[in-house]
Amino acid sequence: MQLAQLLIFLILFPLIAAFFLLLAKKDLERDWIVKLSALVIGVVSVYLLITTFDKGAMLVSVIPAEPAGLVMFILEMLIAVFILYLGITHKKWLVVGLILVQAVMMLYFEMTYAHAIDVQSNLFIDEFSNILALIIGIIGSLICVYSLGYMKFFHEHHPEMPDKRPFFFGILFLFLAAMFGLVFSNNIIWVYFFWEVTTLCSFLLIGYTKTEEATTNAFNALWMNLLGGVAFAGAILYLAMFGNGVMGLAELLATGKVVALIPAALIGFAGLTKAAQLPFSSWLVGAMVAPTPVSALLHSSTMVKAGVYIIVRLAPVFQSTFTGYMLAMVGALTFLIASGIAISQSNAKRVLAYSTIANLGLIVACAGIGTYEAIWAAILLIVFHAISKSLLFLAVGTVEHRIKSREIDDMNGLIVRMPKIAAMMVIGIAGMFLAPFGMLISKWAAIRAFIDAPYGFLFVIILAFGSAITVFFWAKWMGKIIAVTSDSKNVEGEVDPSEWAALSSLAGLSFITTLVFPMLSTKLLEPFLMTNYGQVAQLSQDNIIIMMLMLVLLIVLPLSILLPARKHRHLTPYMGGRTTTSDMRFSGSLGVQKKTVLSNYYLQDWFGEVKLRTWGIWLCSGLIGIMFIATVLPGVVL
Amino acid sequence: MISIVWAILFVFVAPVIGGLVCGIDRKITAHMQGRVGPSVFQPFYDVGKLFEKENAVVNETQIFYVACYITFMVFTGALFFAGGDLLLVIFALTLAQIFLVLGAFSANSPYSYVGAERELLQIMAYEPMVILTAVGMFVATRSFNVGEIAASATPVVLLIPGIFLGFLYTLTIKLRKSPFDISTSHHAHQEIVKGVTTEFSGPALGLIEIAHFYETVFLLGFIYLFFGWNPLVGVIAVIVIYLLEILVDNTNARVKWQLAVKSSWLIAVIVGVINLAALYFLAGGV
Repeated sequence: MQLAQLLIFLILFPLIAAFFLLLAKKDLERDWIVKLSALVIGVVSVYLLITTFDKGAMLVSVIPAEPAGLVMFILEMLIAVFILYLGITHKKWLVVGLILVQAVMMLYFEMTYAHAIDVQSNLFIDEFSNILALIIGIIGSLICVYSLGYMKFFHEHHPEMPDKRPFFFGILFLFLAAMFGLVFSNNIIWVYFFWEVTTLCSFLLIGYTKTEEATTNAFNALWMNLLGGVAFAGAILYLAMFGNGVMGLAELLATGKVVALIPAALIGFAGLTKAAQLPFSSWLVGAMVAPTPVSALLHSSTMVKAGVYIIVRLAPVFQSTFTGYMLAMVGALTFLIASGIAISQSNAKRVLAYSTIANLGLIVACAGIGTYEAIWAAILLIVFHAISKSLLFLAVGTVEHRIKSREIDDMNGLIVRMPKIAAMMVIGIAGMFLAPFGMLISKWAAIRAFIDAPYGFLFVIILAFGSAITVFFWAKWMGKIIAVTSDSKNVEGEVDPSEWAALSSLAGLSFITTLVFPMLSTKLLEPFLMTNYGQVAQLSQDNIIIMMLMLVLLIVLPLSILLPARKHRHLTPYMGGRTTTSDMRFSGSLGVQKKTVLSNYYLQDWFGEVKLRTWGIWLCSGLIGIMFIATVLPGVVL
Repeated sequence: MISIVWAILFVFVAPVIGGLVCGIDRKITAHMQGRVGPSVFQPFYDVGKLFEKENAVVNETQIFYVACYITFMVFTGALFFAGGDLLLVIFALTLAQIFLVLGAFSANSPYSYVGAERELLQIMAYEPMVILTAVGMFVATRSFNVGEIAASATPVVLLIPGIFLGFLYTLTIKLRKSPFDISTSHHAHQEIVKGVTTEFSGPALGLIEIAHFYETVFLLGFIYLFFGWNPLVGVIAVIVIYLLEILVDNTNARVKWQLAVKSSWLIAVIVGVINLAALYFLAGGV
């Protein structure tokens, strides 16, 4: 009983907060509601973890499927009508077509089969859902708090944009509610409902600024996610028609592969669209026009994680099947290609977007392979990526406001202009690719997982190349940030306290999660793997000790900056013997002074976005096509 | 099993060995070029000279980055010789090199900057091959543990010959030898002055030199891993290969970074796929 109440609370409380936020017109009211709600959500998520972590998977049967199911169906139809209306008024016929197809499918399902479906346990909790609940509850809440300062600054400096902050924050919390619902639902129809709500929230938030670009990108995101929604609805219909009344995730996983493979493939496809895998990556990149909190919350740490969450959930079905293998290939190629494109991008948010797509690809690859080692790697990737990426997005948002630019080359010397924020960005970037931080641990785990998989050497090679590529683009960005320029003034003082709070918390979390990951693995991941696979994966004791050693070194060494050191003689950089000033201006003839401009290597000829993306779209579309054909042709098992 | 003794041995003995290796390198190079060359101990004299000089910097953070660079380079080598996990060793090495790159970036100076970008290109060029080498060793010996690989009775190099050749190709990059010494070099012919190490002088540069000694010893140890099953053959192989590197260094001009990166990648893909696929199917893979 207690558990059911906790889960319902986490789903409904953000809804209530959203309602009050829609009504709150004054900044002060909004601040209080958001901060209090964030605190409550965070605390309850942690409480949920503490009370349930050692109890394994628990199904909750007290919530009956039926009035909830009907309410969801009505809401789905209302959302469909709303989207239909918007699609028609904006003449987005693809959206119109897709929503009509989806609505008809769900209508048909509701009228013909719904009464025959009886799912005993509609909600559940296990270690994996707990981890995601923590991500939503802690990181999500922190991002909402951050948004207070960010949106205030945003509207002060963009008076021409309509100030619809009540709406903005309302949708943010509605989204949190939907995410909780998604990860706690066992009933697949419920998962689908919450899935569609997140699509709607994403659409509304991307188009928040109502510029033409924002609206176009919002509809782009909408049609791709709706395509996934159609596939999801297809899976539900298939299960209704051929699945013997199975409509729960736990039950589906228990029925065995042959029955579950087709719906799993369809739901996996939906996951691919939501996680912006190739060929559906352009919506995520386009979504970067939205305000930064949206990018951080939806498009890096939470909503896109829902896409990979469902694929990881279905991994036992995918394991050792050709279908899963194709899915994994799509993920691996996305990882490689998106990482490559990230090299050629000079816009910070686009680099983060492509890096997100790449990491999601790696998670999909692990989930498609589906062995216990791969799932271990996948879940670790989910956790560490959520923390580091949201930290980076929030930092970029704050920096963008101060230096009025999103270009990486404009962030030269950030360590001088905004020391603490730059330090946090460095932590975030280091967290993405350097030992001993989390993402590196996850990649390490992924390498070991791939080696033992069928034809694993292909995946290992892709991972090796992708990993090398990520080192390049992260390190060159880091280099820009830590350049010590002599002529910059510190503009950090104007940063809002709510932004500071969120940023420092996330930076602290980066270190803490790396420190406690062995405990995370033993207490949460291993029981989950044991239940679902019968085997556990782990890093050896020796390696853990060594990584802790590295971490300690990395914490202690920077503290050396605090030591009183004698000042050394400063020289200006070497400029080939030319006369220069201390801020690196060349003195030319006739008293002309030319400033030195240093810009990153973008390697456009090799990693140009258009060329690589086209390759990726064709390759991955082909792979997805093969995956579906092979799935439908009866039982192709490796 | 981690052997602390070997780690401590590495920390104290490696710079000596590394310096001697560099000195012998210079002597042999000189004779190849028809010169007498400096004393075999010249690298030590050079480092000593550097430590006597004033520690002038472009900015204070450079010293911090150099300190981190050498700390983690020593850590990498110590972990390797203590018999740790090979993948972790590779990742620790990357961490060390990133600190050097950051030190060069922090100076905000043109030559140093280009050198840093090129150093990153170098890292990007050899990283796939190095990871594939570790994977190849795992497939050959079923272990990532350096201690176990070195003690293994399987003739590793005979199982992963392709990967061995690919590794040798990228070894030239890691040792900073022509034709792949694109970011910095011990030779004078550097179109970006000293590249990555341009803005380091005095004791900071001395520390970078010592770190290079550590790295050399580590790389030689890595070569030995391929021949672990027969120590005598291993030592001879290491010597022969290093002489080969010196030969390659003296007979090739530096290439552009595009060629360095492309060729390294091409080789990594080809040997990686062929060698690993062969092993996979030979092991009765599905």
